[in-house]
Amino acid sequence: MKTTIDLTQFAPSQELDLHERVGSLPNVLSQRTRELKGRIANAKAVTSLCCYCAVGCSLLAYVSDDGTLLDVEGNPESPINRGHLCPKGSAIFGFTMNDQRWTTVKYRAPYSDRYEERPLEWALERIAQLVKETREKTFAREWTNPDTGEKRRVNHTLGIASLGGATFGIEENYMLGKLMHSLGVVSIENQARI
Amino acid sequence: MPSLGTSFGRGGATVWLPDIANADCILIEGSNFAEAHPVGFRFVMEAKERGATIIHVDPRFTRTSAMADIYAPIRSGTDIAFLGGIINYVLTNERYFKEYVYAYTNASNIVSEKFQDTEDLDGVFSGYDKEGRVYDTSTWAYEKDERGHVKRDPSFQHPRCVLNLLRRHYSRYTAEMVERVCGIPPATFTKIADLLASNSGREKTTAFAYALGWTQHTDGVQMIRTAAVLQLLLGNIGRPGGGIMALRGHADIQGATDIATLYDLLPGYLPTPSALRDEQTLAAWLKTNTKPTGWWANTPKYMVSLLKAFYGEHAKAENDYCFDYLPQLIGDHSMLPLVFAMKDGTVKGYFAIGQNPGASNQNAGLTRAAMEQLEWFVNIDSYDNETVSFWRREGADPSKIGTEVFFLPAATVLEKEGTMTQTSRMLQWHDRAIKPLGDSKSDAWYFTWFAKRLKELYADSTDPKDRPIQHMTWDYDHDDPSERAKGEPSVLKVLQEINGYRVADGEQVASFTELKDDGSTACGGWIYSGVCPDKQNNRARNRDGSGPYTALNWGFAWPANRRTLYNRASADPDGKPWSERKKYVWWDESQGKWTGIDVPDFIATKAPNTPADPDGKGMDAHSGADPFIMMMDGRGQLFVASGLKDGPLPAHYEPVQSVVRNELYGQQSNPAYGEYRRDDNPYNGEVSDDYPYVLTTYRITEYSGIMTKYVPWLAELQPAAFAEIDPELAVEKGIKNGGWVTISTATGDMEARALVSGRMQPLRVTSKGQRKRVHQIGVPYNFGEMTGLARGDSVGNLIPIALDPNVSIHESKTLTCNIRAGRRPPRHRDRIDAPVPAQERDPLGQPIGDWAKAHHGHGYQHMQGDEHGGSEV
Amino acid sequence: MATGFFTDTTLCIGCKACEVACKQWNELPSDGFAFSGNSYDNTVELSGTTWRHVAFVEQTMPTEDGVANRWLMSSDVCKHCTNAGCMEACPTGAIIRNEYDSVFIQPDVCNGCGYCVVSCPFGVVDLIERFDPEGTHYNLASLSEERVEEQKTALQGHGGVAGKCTLCYDRQKLGFVPACAKACPTESIQFGNIDELRERARARVETLTKRGIHAELYGADDAGGGVGPLNAFFLLTDRPEAYNLPAEPVLPSTRQPAGYTAAAVTALGLAIAGWMIFRNA
Repeated sequence: MKTTIDLTQFAPSQELDLHERVGSLPNVLSQRTRELKGRIANAKAVTSLCCYCAVGCSLLAYVSDDGTLLDVEGNPESPINRGHLCPKGSAIFGFTMNDQRWTTVKYRAPYSDRYEERPLEWALERIAQLVKETREKTFAREWTNPDTGEKRRVNHTLGIASLGGATFGIEENYMLGKLMHSLGVVSIENQARI
Repeated sequence: MPSLGTSFGRGGATVWLPDIANADCILIEGSNFAEAHPVGFRFVMEAKERGATIIHVDPRFTRTSAMADIYAPIRSGTDIAFLGGIINYVLTNERYFKEYVYAYTNASNIVSEKFQDTEDLDGVFSGYDKEGRVYDTSTWAYEKDERGHVKRDPSFQHPRCVLNLLRRHYSRYTAEMVERVCGIPPATFTKIADLLASNSGREKTTAFAYALGWTQHTDGVQMIRTAAVLQLLLGNIGRPGGGIMALRGHADIQGATDIATLYDLLPGYLPTPSALRDEQTLAAWLKTNTKPTGWWANTPKYMVSLLKAFYGEHAKAENDYCFDYLPQLIGDHSMLPLVFAMKDGTVKGYFAIGQNPGASNQNAGLTRAAMEQLEWFVNIDSYDNETVSFWRREGADPSKIGTEVFFLPAATVLEKEGTMTQTSRMLQWHDRAIKPLGDSKSDAWYFTWFAKRLKELYADSTDPKDRPIQHMTWDYDHDDPSERAKGEPSVLKVLQEINGYRVADGEQVASFTELKDDGSTACGGWIYSGVCPDKQNNRARNRDGSGPYTALNWGFAWPANRRTLYNRASADPDGKPWSERKKYVWWDESQGKWTGIDVPDFIATKAPNTPADPDGKGMDAHSGADPFIMMMDGRGQLFVASGLKDGPLPAHYEPVQSVVRNELYGQQSNPAYGEYRRDDNPYNGEVSDDYPYVLTTYRITEYSGIMTKYVPWLAELQPAAFAEIDPELAVEKGIKNGGWVTISTATGDMEARALVSGRMQPLRVTSKGQRKRVHQIGVPYNFGEMTGLARGDSVGNLIPIALDPNVSIHESKTLTCNIRAGRRPPRHRDRIDAPVPAQERDPLGQPIGDWAKAHHGHGYQHMQGDEHGGSEV
Repeated sequence: MATGFFTDTTLCIGCKACEVACKQWNELPSDGFAFSGNSYDNTVELSGTTWRHVAFVEQTMPTEDGVANRWLMSSDVCKHCTNAGCMEACPTGAIIRNEYDSVFIQPDVCNGCGYCVVSCPFGVVDLIERFDPEGTHYNLASLSEERVEEQKTALQGHGGVAGKCTLCYDRQKLGFVPACAKACPTESIQFGNIDELRERARARVETLTKRGIHAELYGADDAGGGVGPLNAFFLLTDRPEAYNLPAEPVLPSTRQPAGYTAAAVTALGLAIAGWMIFRNA
């Protein structure tokens, strides 16, 4: 098998005689049919990347002038996927544009049985305070090795842990690692425990 | 990835995905390639159309098997027995690629006379400490001459040369043994072994592809090691259509290892300092982690440059470049030991970012129970999930759970820009298509907000412990004022910092070869160096996919844009292609350099006839015919003298929970695996009549958790958790196709829909001389009971935590279980939720024995320079 | 130019990218979240809102060592027949043959009578009877305003609107390959000039035959029963029935003279069509 179809180019050609082989009825084109045109006709194609597996399929995200996402497809230029996608990649549009997606902060107070909407800034400030508070409470400068009785500098906190990394970018991993290490967090982990 | 690291030098797939199309034979094992990586699988289909033979070895007949020329059903978790059998076949029938093995591997090294094999000790190697459940690996060393050089026997007569040790170690791994252990008929086994051998050598190459089916075992690292040994023997590493394709799961899982968000690694595979080793100062750390010969002789340049990138002008020679700002480890702080530490009260605050441990962790119920002990929990994600909503799970009483829970909405990939590293180590930049919806923000935005705010909160502190935060560089302000106003950092500036720059003028370094250990360069991740060689150039954004299939102008593959690793080995020792057909990289005498269709993974102008200087430092110790440049001796490691914690050669062990006794040794399971003895992590027992069936888990094409279960187009394709069951077992248990079944283990239970299929077949194996019929049940991973359109119980509830000793990965591919028709009872608080007795608790959540010491203490061989070979990258 | 699909089932890995890519482009809802127990096939059949459907056929045969398995996968789609039963039965003129020789349903003309549904020799066409954009099947956030409006209008005052593959008429007009063929990772679904596809298919049969694989084309030439050649045809490795394709499809009109009822239907259809033409004029 080879890539036999050039996915970038497919030239529409002359119209058929529309009344050829229509059986017992004539065809009439409605106005909608006559004006039919794919919704990405004048859209801007932005090169993105599939977020599902590690094959790394390149995407073209079609965006209208007003910034609306219209469609996402495989990028034919990519030597990896040559425009093709699997079902997950083909569904990435629905992963971003989704009724059930949570796009606001949800807050669950201690002992509460529900989520509440809270402003983003409030939540961030509260978290920053909690991080500081926990760090102050749990920071250890030294640790005594129980086997040897030897004291060693550790400058760490075991009170805070971070999990995640394989689903976001390398720059973000770098930022998270730098921040967590500088806070003294040692349990910095992600899905890649292999 | 220490298996690939200790064998070849780097912990990444050796193969560029499209190169699979050049294979003459492909062995897919431990991977459901077609289902888990459908688009990558098109290269397998292309190879097949060109005439390659496709072999799939798997417990289940899957969509990959359906495309294969040969399918061999295997009892889950017995891959070392199977591959060991092929190693034995190849050695016994003298079908290994002799010239390759002699020149490019450590086959001739002579191992110490103190070394004792599993053949001598019934399944353990010398140095095993039964009490501590750990190995002292010093007896696995090589014999040295008076000048300290490893002794070799190029005539291969010495009984303790690596090649002969291999022969002896695998001598009982015969076709008959494979049948007894794996359930694969001898005819099928021999056919596969012959195909692999016939499709290797000068003219042909065989590629291996694996994924989590090999990693997620208590001997997972050794499974991959077996493949590495075999591919070295067949001479397939570094050659087109050959190699070992490690198929990674998540989009940036390679990147998250390279630029590590892992407890034991800093970016670029530099080990995190540990208080269990002598690493209190930079000099001490460098002493432990720098090797005298091979590429890792450069370690000081990379570490000092990293510290400069982290702490900028504050990192100076006189203060050890702020080395003491880095926190020190005191044990195994990986994600599963952490859950125990959380349950026992050590962890107070927890971030989960784009990961759903409440459904996907092993003993998932334990994770959700442990989270009740947290003071606060922050989840950055795009959807409701089992982790953030742990407090309202079935059987939980929210009024008794004091954890403060925050959900911060995350932008999706289409809503942000940045780079992810795919399975062939290729960095690809993506542009931002649309603005994040609602209040959603990129992770970069969140991390920047927190970094800046914490700097403010600590601005006035004079406490030395707060200096790392005060001094941490965070110069990522966006050049575009409108982005800056929104708080959006410049992700490109981060990538440029990862690439590295000269401190004096801020200009980018073009490659890691420009990095220095004197503080004059800064570099956040040396292996990625070259991706932004100047301020105008972002090679991760290169998008010219034309030309040869190596596509060197598309993206940027680390290191130095090389597609196939160790590609010096695609030429013979004299630098000529092994054959015209398999021409790839070769020595061009007229130009005095290596050339070909890939970037040579070698010093470009080092001639093949360059002699090694046995007393030389760094790369001088390698000859022009030593292709594995990261290794101390420049060779592929058939025998791994240091760097692995459970043996220099892979031996077959049964999983921690099995349905049979180990046919090969008295030792049942990996003697060094991480075992817990806690009420909240019960095992079924080594072999138990109560749990007579094998349970295996896997991913499917249409479903991968949070990212698929809310999308109606995907949810309708696989709407429910199901269990694949063979017809014989279904009849025996009265299970109806499409009906409900409940699967149980000592850890927990789950219900699922039955999918009775002839694709699942019972196997005939042998246990202590007795023939036995083994039924295997398959259940897809990552379903969750609480959220989404497609839902079902998480199989994570059934899996107790047991860890591989090298990387602390869990055993979730091979388990035992029982099954019955019908639904499970409602969930109540049980032993998983309850606190464990005081004597079972451990503030660090470590497994029993000397686990922490073994991982970071004196016996720890991590990248230590005391033996040739053995780096853990 | 006549275009169409050549679906080579020997290359299908059953990933269902075609189903999803089709739904994404054509803004179609899911058909529900029921577990079928029928191999890996949970969408079960083509419908008014599922225009590509992957069939999974499990075959287990006993051998000396145990069993041999074969798992056939095939992506089914509207055949875009030369003589299309749906088009013949359509009393409103909603179904046309377009300039790419595809059979295309005009949703704005369709009145949901359902005659096409029973007249399709392959059971492809189906009615979309409800439009529930707020429901979990739909995912309103992924629908364009135009689509919502259009779907509402199309269903106004009707029992439904007929739905099936358009061969991505709207994409073809832009010079784009249909969504399913573009997505298909292994190029099991190939799109192009129908004559070229037929040639390629014949060559493929030869190649496979040489390798000792039984391969036959379905609908590349006359499908029989008056249906004529199909513009979406298949390469199969088993009998068509194994894939749930009719071995002998029959165009209903070839049986028309036999029954008065059919004639009456035709007459009624003609009357309505005449009225439509009059109205459009």
